[in-house]
Amino acid sequence: MMELPLAKAITEGLRAAMSADSSVMLMGEDIAQLGGVFRVTEGLQEEFGPNRVIDTPLAESGIVGTAIGLAMRGYRPVCEIQFDGFVYPAFDQIVTQLAKLTARHEGTQSFPVVIRIPYGGHIGAVEHHQESPEAYFAHTAGLRVVSPATPHDAYWLMQDAIASNDPVIYLEPKSRYWHKGDVDTSASGAAMAQARVVREGTDATIIGHGAMVSVMHQAADIAQSEGISLELVDLRSLSPIDYETVLGSVRKTGHAIVAQEAPGNVSVGSEIAATLAEKAFYVMEAPVLRVSGFNTPFPPARLEALYLPDADRILDAVDRSLAY
Amino acid sequence: MPYTDATLRLLAQDGQLVKSDRTEVYHQAISHLTEADLLEFYRVMTVVRRFDIEAGNLQRQGQMALWVPSIGQEAAQVGSGFATRAQDNIFPAYREHSVAYLKGLDLVDIIRMLRGVTNGGWDPKKSNNFHLYTLVIGSHTLHATGYAMGIGFDGKCGSGNLDSDEAVLVYFGDGATSQGDTNEALIFAQSYQTPQVFFLQNNHWAISVPVRVQSKTPLYERAAGFGLPSVQIDGNDVLMSYAATRIAMDQARSGQGPHFIEALTYRIGAHTTSDDPTKYRDEDELAFWQAHDPIDRFRAYLQGLGVEGSFFDGVAQEAEDYAADVRARTLALESPPVSEMFQHVFSDPHSVVDAEREWLEGYLSSFEEVSE
Repeated sequence: MMELPLAKAITEGLRAAMSADSSVMLMGEDIAQLGGVFRVTEGLQEEFGPNRVIDTPLAESGIVGTAIGLAMRGYRPVCEIQFDGFVYPAFDQIVTQLAKLTARHEGTQSFPVVIRIPYGGHIGAVEHHQESPEAYFAHTAGLRVVSPATPHDAYWLMQDAIASNDPVIYLEPKSRYWHKGDVDTSASGAAMAQARVVREGTDATIIGHGAMVSVMHQAADIAQSEGISLELVDLRSLSPIDYETVLGSVRKTGHAIVAQEAPGNVSVGSEIAATLAEKAFYVMEAPVLRVSGFNTPFPPARLEALYLPDADRILDAVDRSLAY
Repeated sequence: MPYTDATLRLLAQDGQLVKSDRTEVYHQAISHLTEADLLEFYRVMTVVRRFDIEAGNLQRQGQMALWVPSIGQEAAQVGSGFATRAQDNIFPAYREHSVAYLKGLDLVDIIRMLRGVTNGGWDPKKSNNFHLYTLVIGSHTLHATGYAMGIGFDGKCGSGNLDSDEAVLVYFGDGATSQGDTNEALIFAQSYQTPQVFFLQNNHWAISVPVRVQSKTPLYERAAGFGLPSVQIDGNDVLMSYAATRIAMDQARSGQGPHFIEALTYRIGAHTTSDDPTKYRDEDELAFWQAHDPIDRFRAYLQGLGVEGSFFDGVAQEAEDYAADVRARTLALESPPVSEMFQHVFSDPHSVVDAEREWLEGYLSSFEEVSE
């Protein structure tokens, strides 16, 4: 057991994977000597050498496109995209090539490429630095999408993502990078595609991932003081979504609220709401409600506190759900 | 004139070898070619052209949604493809049928893709490292560069042993030179000094847009800006294509970094069978290039060497037989099983894909029950 901030738990996950498998290599902008703008890869080039931790030219499509070629060569590249809003130059290589190449090869070639993307708001940054692009990737066949909420899951999901024979988009909740938590390095406790019930409750289920999970905990604490018992589901995997765990919770509470930083329109939350309507209609006592970012560009940082769902907005949704 | 003063060639259109100080090194590079090699150049160019015509016919007869002809570009492809060594990896665009044939690919595998049987169709590991066609222009140049980076990281180049040091040959066209990915591939190649040759077939047209819209600069000159040595060659001269590629690939595999070749050639046919080049191309230009046909040129050369008519007749018959065989096997191609749609989306199991496959199987079997 170690206590680590989430960012360093990712570092340790990378280190463990690189130690276990010499085909694992890291590539991205500023990741070598600097250790990445968030220092997640700090010290790894020193430890594993210049061929396994490489600074790339400043070109995201080039990073992912060459990672594909390296995967064909037998490597397991882990690409760092510096910020969420900078992934789009690589979008074509991810969606048109990486996601489809296993099918195009009729299964004769796997593409075990991990793409790390620090995502989300709460850091007061300029445009393109606070976005939540998960829906684009979860929508795309051939990609797996995961997002840890805790240092423990960050450590294990990173190793699971690297061990996966499929491309994995690994969304890092950057606002949680420096929050510490216990990491049990002896066992993960869940498979990569499994969600976790991280707090048990009886009155309503709140479903979310990444940085939203800590907001969900705040909401549950407040609710508890008001006599309302919330159950929290940390999705961990956004493609595929572990509906068994989600449905198990919703069958118990009869109320479901999906919380996310991303805009609600055509989002992961929308997909969960639709699936619950299909599969849990008769146990639901209220419609699934979504608490999300607005369908606007991420606003100037002075307005982000209103754009991003907070505990009050989750509790407002809980009140509306329970009032049905 | 499409050729320039910089254009290197070893063989004039009349089939005579031409020599200058600039081509001396290239003549040396072809000096080890045997007569059997030369006959093979001719055979492959001729058989694949006949295949190409047959595939176009099959499309016109409704047997394929689309065909992508390569007629006119055979010399650029056969010379460069022949210049690779067994350990090399080749990343084609989607018109490199001659290289595919040279590397032992069953060309019906290409037809399978265009007939809608598969989105890919072959395993590169079983076709002498001839990788899949990529339909998005330029995307594969980055895959080639990444692969070549891996060769470098593996220490599999630069030992000085030409029979084991590896290199990558990547094909692309004049249209692809405008794509960001191609430019990023050149940057990454330079940055990591990859063992790699960028082989540009400038066939002068990106569907209906002439190369002058892509670039005011001769394309081989662009390479200098990226730090790559480059040459412009007559792509309809199979000997020049072989020599330039052989030298560049061996330099690349020997640790001298990436190289760039611009092969001037011409897309005699349409971009694809859906295209109509009469709407945008000048007849005089087409006539010029038809008069510079790569197979005619090489045949004249072989005749000058004393190759007898029976050889040419034999190749012509082989080409006819191959075309007939391709036709028969194309018509026999069957649709893939429904399960194929789901089977290789992921390498590891995925619950959503599994659930949808099960649903479709149940849906389809529900009709069987009704009909029984």
